[in-house]
Amino acid sequence: MDKVVESPAAAVADIPDGSSIAVGGFGTAGVPWALVDALHRQGTGQLRIVTNNCGFNGAGLAVLLRAGRIDRVTASYIGANQDFAQRYADGSIEVELTPQGTLAERLRAGGAGMAAFFTPTGVGTVVAEGGLPLRYAATGEVVLASDPKEVRRFTIGGRERDYVLEEAIVTDYSFVRAAVADRHGNAVFHAAAMNFNPDVAMAGRTTILEAARVVEVGELDPDTIHLPGVFVQRVVRVADEVTR
Amino acid sequence: MTAGWSRGQIAARAVDELRDGECVNLGIGLPTLVTEHLPAGLDVMVHTENGVLGAGPPPQPGFADPDLVDAGTQPITVLPGASFFSSSMSFAMIRGGHVDTTILGAMEVSAAGDLANWAAPGRLVRGIGGAMDLVTGAGRVIVLTEHVGRDGAPKLVQECTLPLTGRACVDVVITNLGVLNVTTSGFKLVELAPGVLVEQVVEQTGAPVAVDPAARLIPSRCASRRRRCS
Repeated sequence: MDKVVESPAAAVADIPDGSSIAVGGFGTAGVPWALVDALHRQGTGQLRIVTNNCGFNGAGLAVLLRAGRIDRVTASYIGANQDFAQRYADGSIEVELTPQGTLAERLRAGGAGMAAFFTPTGVGTVVAEGGLPLRYAATGEVVLASDPKEVRRFTIGGRERDYVLEEAIVTDYSFVRAAVADRHGNAVFHAAAMNFNPDVAMAGRTTILEAARVVEVGELDPDTIHLPGVFVQRVVRVADEVTR
Repeated sequence: MTAGWSRGQIAARAVDELRDGECVNLGIGLPTLVTEHLPAGLDVMVHTENGVLGAGPPPQPGFADPDLVDAGTQPITVLPGASFFSSSMSFAMIRGGHVDTTILGAMEVSAAGDLANWAAPGRLVRGIGGAMDLVTGAGRVIVLTEHVGRDGAPKLVQECTLPLTGRACVDVVITNLGVLNVTTSGFKLVELAPGVLVEQVVEQTGAPVAVDPAARLIPSRCASRRRRCS
């Protein structure tokens, strides 16, 4: 049951080109910097990434983007990440923009064995009605756009409204970062560094967790564990420094 | 003195829309200024979409925790009673109707209350973020924006031309010129910023504006607070 591997490089060594990887983190908080860095050093490419914002200030996933290792991103936000925005606009990557809550729930649902769910978010917009650009040509026209999704009316709690069907996400791998983990992968997060990490951990067929502190089994109080180790396959201890 | 409200004054005016005991989510940009104007006596819980309920003001220099940030990834503190949680839990709060009010920015607001605030042709797309969930799930949607764009074009319009964030979702719009409610019959001016004329609001709005007969007379409820912050 000991899931600890000796290094980030060893933790990502078997990840082949073309893998789908969900990555935790929001801005600078809770980003699995060491695993992303190890994947970059390894040279793995044609990646299909699922994450909230795909790097920040040129660090984290932004490094993989800049190196041309990412083919497709499912994300909610681009923000001031100029390189991400430019690569989407010039067609060098495919981007599936997803409302943030829908993205979190698609990951959670994937990890929870659900195929899909109906949400009110996105009804009446391109998210539900289709036509959201997925890929542009270098010349700027849209070459691939999203299809319309099923919209169905439900009455919930006495309120009738429309909901759109959104599919779950399961990935080949997931990268998460915790503050503390034990050798079984039970994990505790700190402050707003939790964010997408539990949802991402659930969605991965193989979930790799990095933590600044790795303790022996039994040291963590079961009452305080945020993420049960059953969702984690590999644990790696990393230097307690934040790369930003 | 320039007529109308500054950005800080728009944010200060938004505070008057909040009620004691509310849970409120603040979008990035202009809405983040709202925290600077929350009076000590107003008991509201600030929710940030990245997993904090009970967010407080920015930390003193040197006390920032890189793991404790708001939705705009700016360092924050937490107040007594705060809690941390995952993104799916955070959006369960939003989508499930547990967040009373959301305050966010806009590119366009239509007379029907449609909001567009995430993409515009010819500009690099900044993404959807949590905005679609917020306008769908929050009890009340308040928009803070300049009345017209940088090019002078009205941002309050009959029909949005940009990709929508949500339909019929906006309740109140607070601009540099005043406060407009979105009603079933369109925009209704309910308060003017100091020195602004009704005619200016009508002229700078791209849709009909009904004027509450009392609009001119409504004393600005945040006058004292505004003096403090100006």
